[in-house]
Amino acid sequence: MWALLAAGALGAVAGVLAGLFGVGGGILFVPTLTLVLGLTQIHAEATSLLAILPAAVVGAWRQRAYGNVRTRAALVIGLAAIAGVEGGVQIAEELPQHVLRRLFAVLMLIVAAQIAWRAARRRPSYAS
Amino acid sequence: MRLVVIGLLAGLFSALLGVGGGTVVVPLLILVVGWEERPAMATSLAAVALISLVGAVTYWFHGEVKPAAAAVVGLPAVAGAVAGTALQQRLANRTLSIAFAALLAALGVRMLV
Repeated sequence: MWALLAAGALGAVAGVLAGLFGVGGGILFVPTLTLVLGLTQIHAEATSLLAILPAAVVGAWRQRAYGNVRTRAALVIGLAAIAGVEGGVQIAEELPQHVLRRLFAVLMLIVAAQIAWRAARRRPSYAS
Repeated sequence: MRLVVIGLLAGLFSALLGVGGGTVVVPLLILVVGWEERPAMATSLAAVALISLVGAVTYWFHGEVKPAAAAVVGLPAVAGAVAGTALQQRLANRTLSIAFAALLAALGVRMLV
């Protein structure tokens, strides 16, 4: 029971992160599904894709109302991803789970460093 | 063309890591294509809806999706997404970037140790 409540609360936080950063929330869904609900890494990754869906649809609908969504670009990216998803599924089933976790972690760190570096270098808007 | 490559990479990492692809799409739109944070993140979320749909269907036929667990975390996330998009409209782009970087770094470190 407590595990279900904790998982639900973490799911809500994942939804906030999805709406705030456009990342879909899987970065929190996957650890919640493995650590709180006890799913294996592969099952958690598969399940998180379904869990993300309603939040991403509603969040995108809200962002469209705010005027932030570039619809054509979203369609191009989303449709191009279909081929990539199929390739990824094949690779995921052949890799040991600890390798998947390492890949995930290293990807996060590289991206974080690049984003922070860019934001720190950016001049305030009044300086041209 | 760049958007197609971003989509391909996002789909690959989405299926590989279960992250919906947004962690790939947002940085690439910001760092490579040069978009501002808000349209990058909003457009990413719309793409993530498509990407996760395809990923979920694919994994479903591999028998690896747990629908009850998905509902436990996924339904509260809908309310969270509405709150998150509302909050995003009130934050500066630079604040969004730094918070996003901090989130990614924290997750990366946690999964390495």
